[in-house]
Amino acid sequence: MVSTILRRLAHMLFVMVGISALVFLIFFATPGTDPAARIAGRNATPATLAAVRHEFGLDRPLPVQYVLMMDHLFITQNLTSFVNRGEKIVPEIVEAAPVTLSLVLGAGVVWAAFGVLVGLLAAAFKDTVIDRALMVFSLIGVSMPVFWLGEVVNLVTQSRLHDTLLFSWVPTLGYVPLTQDPFGWFKALVLPWITLAVLYIGIYGRVLRANLVEALQEDYVRTARAKGLSARAVLIRHALRCSMISFVTLFGLDFGALVGGGALLTEVVFGLQGVGALTFHALEDLDLPMIMATVIYASFFVVISNAVVDILYAVFDPRVRAR
Amino acid sequence: MLLEVRGLTVSFRSRSGLVRAVDEVSFSVGEREILGLVGESGSGKSVTVLAVLGLIAGPNAVVEGSIRFRGEELVGASERTLRRLRGGAIAMIFQDPMTALTPVYSVGWQIIEQLRIHTDLSRRAARARAVELLDAVGIADPARTVDRFPHQLSGGMRQRAMIAMALSCNPALILADEPTTALDVTVQAQILDLILKLRAEFGTAVVLITHNLGVVAETADRVMVMYAGRIIESASTTALFADPWHPYAWGLLGSIPPLGGARLARLPSIPGLPPALARLPRGCAFAPRCRFRRESCRERPALAGADAHRAACVIAAEERGALRAEALPLLAAGG
Repeated sequence: MVSTILRRLAHMLFVMVGISALVFLIFFATPGTDPAARIAGRNATPATLAAVRHEFGLDRPLPVQYVLMMDHLFITQNLTSFVNRGEKIVPEIVEAAPVTLSLVLGAGVVWAAFGVLVGLLAAAFKDTVIDRALMVFSLIGVSMPVFWLGEVVNLVTQSRLHDTLLFSWVPTLGYVPLTQDPFGWFKALVLPWITLAVLYIGIYGRVLRANLVEALQEDYVRTARAKGLSARAVLIRHALRCSMISFVTLFGLDFGALVGGGALLTEVVFGLQGVGALTFHALEDLDLPMIMATVIYASFFVVISNAVVDILYAVFDPRVRAR
Repeated sequence: MLLEVRGLTVSFRSRSGLVRAVDEVSFSVGEREILGLVGESGSGKSVTVLAVLGLIAGPNAVVEGSIRFRGEELVGASERTLRRLRGGAIAMIFQDPMTALTPVYSVGWQIIEQLRIHTDLSRRAARARAVELLDAVGIADPARTVDRFPHQLSGGMRQRAMIAMALSCNPALILADEPTTALDVTVQAQILDLILKLRAEFGTAVVLITHNLGVVAETADRVMVMYAGRIIESASTTALFADPWHPYAWGLLGSIPPLGGARLARLPSIPGLPPALARLPRGCAFAPRCRFRRESCRERPALAGADAHRAACVIAAEERGALRAEALPLLAAGG
């Protein structure tokens, strides 16, 4: 078990070094993106450019630049933004991380719970009106872009219907720390959670329904019925349990990718100052150190969630445990 | 009678209309009796036993006729009644032990699950009983096997575990759907011995579905031969092997390779394929493949004869001997 975890950690480290090198090359070595020109501003003289280059170490060989960047990012942690010289990157991210974590974890819970519910109901009532209605709603959920849905939710709950009884509880946009006010935290995040989860509830509901319908054709389901189990016990204890294996796989992939994808858009739309919002603004300004740091943070998330899925795998599937 | 089936008809709605998978099947099983149900794939054997447990479900299936278990009518019985019987008084063993056990639970867990539905044993007592059952079906290390997962066991072990599960609630009747088909020949023999032993020790009656006449000869008291959803011959095992009446039964017996004598140039087989159930001929379903077919085969022959031996064929008793000698020279020669 310990060796498995160590191997896993080594693997994670390897992947992250690879990602950091890749991101570094994309932003610093791609022709046309001269960081010095960005920093020096428009119409800078060649002399100024050269000075900026020297100051930021941009005139040194690429491998040296990479090592320097990593040193500033991880060891001394004093990497500063190119756009705002006084702004240190690492504390910014540390401050933004809880916002993003709250958002994605909550959304993950919402989407896993409702995804399972939708899939189960649709499979249990296969080919009835309930099944068809759920599948149509899922398709609508899948087709709605997160940023658009977020804007509509804001429009309705913040302005149009904000004064009605239904939405008067909705706080103004922004984040409330969990440690400060748990209920406020929940109120501030519940709409972003739902917004972010809708797409995934649609996908997961449909995938799970298909898996369940397939599992219900399996021999072991027939055995379970021949044992005298109720239809519900057969569906949940046998069919659902076996279908959860592929559900968990998908969940790990999507959840890991959330930080750089759907969460970024949701944070921007709902004014949450998380890592996604940081990335968004850094991209607007082409603030390379900040982009570097946030992308590495996001990749860390992907790698971690994949590791968690591997562990969950062993919990769900004894055939994996044996190996 | 333990089980009495009268005029059982199972049909499925399909695009080409109502398809009869089982057509007017009647039979009965006594206490401690082993009834063999023989036929090719698609002859309706499995559907017949699944219907007994009410496991033919779905909006497209129609089950008609009467199935009485200890006098209680099962066709149209409530789900509650059926659930009490399933796994309780009537247990089922399936063909492929690879896929018939849920892969994510240990075999012990699955036996305990069944015990806890039908008895009020505590979790601890159920576990002890599961170990006992695994021991009874000849599993070498039952205390450890109980915590093993299906993929960790061999095919024969899995089938034993499956049988242990079927036995868990002391069923009066076991429906065994090709229990040995997926196993090696040596393991097959062990499983058949086990089934015979069950009858001797627990007095369990068994309906044994198989397409293998050898299996029937070794275990069954009585045999029913099914073809295209109908019973075409039913007799005691000795009578069926010594004096088969239906040309289809002759074909089945003829296609068993003989052990002694000169090597055959070609293994005899029944020409043609079983008919598609959606397009059954009006008369005898076997007629298109029968070398003795005649004009009168256009009408469907009834299952005729005494209780001990019945067949659905127009061939009269007087001419049977001569025709059979032609189809089955080995049997006539006393082989």
